[in-house]
Amino acid sequence: MLHVGLGHYLVVASILFTLGIFGIFLNRRNVIIMLMSIELILLAVNINFVAFSSYLHNMTGQVFAMFVLTVAAAEAAIGLAILVVYFRNRGTIAVEDINLMKG
Amino acid sequence: MILSDIAFYVFAIICVLSGLRVVTARNPVHSVLFLILAFFNAAGLFVLLGAEFLAMILVVVYVGAVAVLFLFVVMMLDIDFTALKRSAGQHLALGAGVGLVLLAELIFIASGWVVSPSVLIHSAAQAKDGTDQIENTRALGELIYTKYFYTFELSGLILLVAMIGAIVLTLRHRKNVRRQQIGTQIARARSASIELVKVTPGSGV
Repeated sequence: MLHVGLGHYLVVASILFTLGIFGIFLNRRNVIIMLMSIELILLAVNINFVAFSSYLHNMTGQVFAMFVLTVAAAEAAIGLAILVVYFRNRGTIAVEDINLMKG
Repeated sequence: MILSDIAFYVFAIICVLSGLRVVTARNPVHSVLFLILAFFNAAGLFVLLGAEFLAMILVVVYVGAVAVLFLFVVMMLDIDFTALKRSAGQHLALGAGVGLVLLAELIFIASGWVVSPSVLIHSAAQAKDGTDQIENTRALGELIYTKYFYTFELSGLILLVAMIGAIVLTLRHRKNVRRQQIGTQIARARSASIELVKVTPGSGV
């Protein structure tokens, strides 16, 4: 079995990132799954940060991974709040027909 | 050494597979549960990388708060998911195309990329002079409360703004709900609620 190095972690992170992008395209109508895909993308970024931080012996990567976690939590809370309000007003969460502000 | 390699492969494979199930599951509740599984395995990867504090943060914040928030929203909103799934297939080719191109680009960049030798020498020196020897949580704390203090405070501010924003967005005052209004209840005068009627005998009210 191959000895695990930095590249292995980068491959895992890039696969997760691609899955997140794929999920956004696949679930165009379901905004909850889209938010979860964004969480996957941010998780992939975090794995990259921590992997580089560990292999370069530099703690800055982990500090910024923590900031990414903070922003991701705030984004999830705001996104779900907007979703709840939208569902309350429209009775659906199909985001494809959100075009009221187009004018 | 080989044990940690096996652990890496187990965590990585479960993480990727559950990530795939997050985006392909038919039931959003299953998606959330697979997201939790992916986060647990990513926390395992973090432990393998020596970032224990971030691993614990990932479990506590993500599994304990964010994923449960997702679960609440999925279960509380009465959404017709079968109607949402009906047109899911039409973006499959586009999504797969974009995803594959992106993955190819990432692998192309990662394969042709090397760490500069000077960085490696610097990091090796850093590893040797003992900054690497203190435990992870302490090292992180010594950074965020000194060098990244303002950024750290700013992230706290972001969380505060997000909290207030979420509360303001979802707060609503329902009509036809009778609440206690203690001020008006106490300030009510006798004349407002009691009326004395002079009843003459034999005629009724």
